[in-house]
Formats: sequence, C-alpha cells, structure tokens
Amino acid sequence: MGELRLMKGNEALAEAAVRAGSDGYFGYPITPQSEVIEYLMAEKPFERTGMVVLQAESEVAAINMLYGGGGTGKKVMTSSSSPGISLMQEGLSYMAGAEIPCIVANIVRGGPGLGDIQPAQSDYFQSVKGGGHGDYRLPVLAPASVQEMSDFVPISYDLAFKYRTPVLIVSDGLIGQMMEKVELFDQMPRITDKEINEKYPWATNGKPKGKERRILTSLDLDPHKLEKHNFHLQDKYKQIEANEVRYELIDCDDAEYIIVAYGSSSRISQKAIQLARAEGIKVGILRLITLWPFPKKPIDELVIKGIKGFLAVEMSAGQMVEDVKLTVRERTKVEHFGRYGGVIHSPEEVLEALKTKIIGG
Amino acid sequence: MSEIAIQDIIKPENLVYEKTKLMTDKTLSYCPGCGHGTTHRLIMEVIEELGQENETIGVAPVGCSVLAYEFMNVDMQEAAHGRAPAVATAIKRLWPKKVVFTYQGDGDLAAIGTAETIHACNRGEQIVIVFINNGIYGMTGGQMAPTTLPGMKTATSPYGRDIATMGNPLKITELVAQLPGTYYVTRHSVHTAAAARKAKRAIKKAFQNQLDGKPGLSFVEVVSNCNSGWKMEPVQSNIWMEENMFPYYELGDIKVDGKLLSK
Repeated sequence: MGELRLMKGNEALAEAAVRAGSDGYFGYPITPQSEVIEYLMAEKPFERTGMVVLQAESEVAAINMLYGGGGTGKKVMTSSSSPGISLMQEGLSYMAGAEIPCIVANIVRGGPGLGDIQPAQSDYFQSVKGGGHGDYRLPVLAPASVQEMSDFVPISYDLAFKYRTPVLIVSDGLIGQMMEKVELFDQMPRITDKEINEKYPWATNGKPKGKERRILTSLDLDPHKLEKHNFHLQDKYKQIEANEVRYELIDCDDAEYIIVAYGSSSRISQKAIQLARAEGIKVGILRLITLWPFPKKPIDELVIKGIKGFLAVEMSAGQMVEDVKLTVRERTKVEHFGRYGGVIHSPEEVLEALKTKIIGG
Repeated sequence: MSEIAIQDIIKPENLVYEKTKLMTDKTLSYCPGCGHGTTHRLIMEVIEELGQENETIGVAPVGCSVLAYEFMNVDMQEAAHGRAPAVATAIKRLWPKKVVFTYQGDGDLAAIGTAETIHACNRGEQIVIVFINNGIYGMTGGQMAPTTLPGMKTATSPYGRDIATMGNPLKITELVAQLPGTYYVTRHSVHTAAAARKAKRAIKKAFQNQLDGKPGLSFVEVVSNCNSGWKMEPVQSNIWMEENMFPYYELGDIKVDGKLLSK
C-alpha cells in the first residue's frame, strides 16, 4: 500500500510529477490550476529529486520550454487551464511535428474567451481533434478522481516516450480543486543521462562522438518529404488507436440505456444511474478514460448488444456527442445533455434528461 | 618560368586556413554577399576551438536562418518563431554542463519573440544568443522589421518607415544590456575580414563566459546586410550598412563582465 494522503487534484498531479521522475516542470499560473506550480515551488523537488521547476513568463514560453527540454530526452511537464492551453497550441503542433514527448495537463474552465474559473468540459474538440494547425492527434487521458490525477502521470509519460508525442491530461476545475483520499505511488528514479543516450538516439543533448548530429524540426520545405513525414505520423496515430484505448464500463451488463461521459460528468452520472436504478431504469455508464483514441469498439459492441439509446453527458454544448454519433452511425438513438459555461449538472437533472431525451423521447 | 602543378601546392605545410568541420558541406541557402554564412562559420569555428563539438546544442529560429541546422554540424533544435530563448532556457536548465546557444534574426528576436528574449535575459540564463540584425524580414520577402531604420523602404513600408505611425527602430540590444541578468552584451559586423575577426573574438568570449559559468546571459548582435531585401548589390549594401546602420546601431561592447560601459 502506497502512502495515503488527503489532497486536492492539482496537488496530487504535482506530487505525481515529482514521483514519476519528472526532470522539469515549466508553467505559468492560471486559475483553477495554480496549485500545481505553488505545490511544486513549496515542495522543492529540486532538493528531493533534482527536478527543475521554473515559472515561465507565459504559457507560450512554458510550452516552448517543454519543446526544448523534451527534445533532449528529459521528462518534462506543464499544466494550465483553458485560455493558457489555447496559447500552447502553437507549441503543441510543433511538438507533434518534431515528435517531442511531454505531458500537458489542462484543468479546464468555462469559456469561450476568458470565460470563468468554474469547471467545464468545453475543450474536448481542442483536445481530441488536434488543437493547433496541421494533421495531428494527441493521446488524451481524462481523470475522474484525485487518485487518477496522480495515477495518470506515469501512464502519460509512458505513452509520451513510447510514441514520441505530447500527451494531454484533460481534467477540469472540479477535479483540480476537490480533495479526496489518494494513494500515492512510490518515488520513481529520474532517468540518467546514460539511459537517455541508450534509449533515445533522437535526443539532442550534444552530438555523440563519431556519430551524426541530431536535428529536431517540424520543417521540411519539400512537400513530398513532408507528405512522407505525415504518412509516418498517421501510421503512429493508427497504432495508438489500435493499442491505447482506455475506458470503463459501469453497470453495463444488463443495461438498456447507456450514459457516455468522462471526468467530472462521469462522477455525476454515477449518482444519476443509482437514482435511475432505484426507479427500475436499467442504465449503465461508458466512461471514457482516453478521449483520444476514442473508445469506438465498446460503443459498437453496445449497439450490437441492442442498447436502446445513448445519452452523452458533458459539461459542454455538445462536443463528445459528435464522436458518439460518428460511432453509433444512427443505428440507435444518441442525444446530448450539457450544462455550459462552468455550470455542473445535478444527478437529478441527468436522470430527467435520460427520461425525456432517451426513454420517453 | 616552370609550371607549378596544383598538387604541388596542396600540402599540409601550405595550409593556412580551412573550413571548420563543424560546418556541413551543404550549400548555404543564403544570398551571395549575406552575412549569415560568415556568422555561422564564426560560431562553428569557436565551438570547435573550444572543443565543445559534442557538448553543444544550438537552437535555430524562424526566418532566413530557419535552416541553420542544415549547416551547423552540432545537435540542433528548430524553434517556433521567436521562442528560441525559451527552448534554450529549458535545455540549459536540464543540462547545465552543456553549451547552449540560440541564433536569431531581428523579426524573431525583437518582434514576435520580444517577451522570450527579455525574460531569458532577465533570468540570467547561462546561454549565448547570437542576434543577426539586418533591419528587414529577408525570408518572407523584405518586409519591415522592428529594426528597420526611419525612412527605410520595405515591402510593408513602401514609402519608407514612418516613425509617427510605424514606431521607431528598436534597439533591443541596448535594452537587454540594462537588465541585471545579462553578463556580456556587444555589437559587431562581419562585412570585412577585420570586422569578422573582431566578431569572432566576441563570439568566443560569449561562449567562454558560458563555459566558465559566468553569471548571466551573453548576447552578441551582428549588424548585417540584406542585399536582396535592401535591393542592392552586395558591395553597395555593405557601404549602405556602414553609412546608415552603423550610426544607429553603434558597433562595440555595451556591457562587459556584467558592467555597462559608459559612452
């Protein structure tokens, strides 16, 4: 049993960053995730593990610090919230192109624009469809608890280095701010310079003696070469789609209806299905753990099993629901129930939406 | 007179100068007469002379020198436009014993990347910034730069830079020299052999500062010509540079060993 602590989601993410053997955290304060850098600065991981923590001048600088650091084969991470993540899209596109690993955590708040500082899930499109310019995708993990804010950090590093890609942890202000019991994993060692040189021949940390120099770039002025690079990226995304889908089925065995949700909305939906089942309504939850790759297969299997309808519950005006519809392909009913702008669903209104939009609709 | 065969001349004892092996054999993409190639070579010669070939990571900009990594034979990262100082910051923080430099043009360093430039300087990152100032955006076809001189004609100031509406040329080098985080700030040119030798000494001092762990950032500006962007022949552009650029961007040391020099 690992160490038990009562922590905020943001703090669990920060502590997990240290324990996962991060070499550097580069960030810029923004509500509702400022506790991440505050925790790290107070915790002094530079004394605990030698991890670098730096407050950047902007989110633009922070993401480019990740480009530099990740490009040398070190484990680097940042976190921000929606407006700050928008500023990072340029850097994420460059990192997708240059194939640089890192973790970017988005503690989503209401938008658009400056929006507010309350929890939302309205950055789904930005997270799963690329976000910046060009043809690329990023693996996206969606924690639904403080525990997962911790657990998903080492998983994300594994994905980031396995596929040489930035990985997004997309949470929201509710999970970032709420306190729960968390079982922390034990401190993992930081990677040594020798291990970097053995494992990551692409890492630009000084040309090895007698070998060719390494170049990290997203530029190729020859369109045919750039197309070839794009083929390579697309092959990689296909591999990720084949191997890295994660989801959880909750009470789906006897279910006639399914709620599709992730993160905070999946937690609220858990209460909603308890209320529904007390009334004899057989409903389960398909919880997305990876938002991309999207869990197409389990949805397909549920359709084949004869599910009468899917309700996409998300704190947005209807983003994830589009992927549910693309998977269901009109074989059964798909509806969306959302609250926007930082407002959170109550379990009762989720149940009501299930009744009016799916069962009675 | 007896004939002298070429193979009689090519002998090790006759060698007075050679291309550093830290420049690749790739043909430079720069216009004939441009100062980029010379500056590339000076940096690579310095890294070779300091024995840092295997310890150096360079960061290339966006602009004419976007392909600097094609020519510089060391590990390189290509940064987004203006972000090289942030990229270099993390590399140096995570690899404090390595030698890290950025190579940036005026649009990259003094317009879109002003924040990254100033804050890397202000934090006193132990990196070298080499800044090429030719007063114009060369790569995109000769548009106005933050360093374009008053009255100077460019594609986006076709009637000359009007300072009332387009602002004054930015002396960012003097600006960063004011910050406590800069240790060495200097301005040079590479348009003559004598100037190039001086510039090389400055570049070497900048890298030596980093190797010696001197507290702060070393910043070397190279005022250069852009004969294509200025629509001049190379020789003419160098004369124009001497007559117009140098009076505004005065050559010489601005800050040495952390101390501002009084004029």
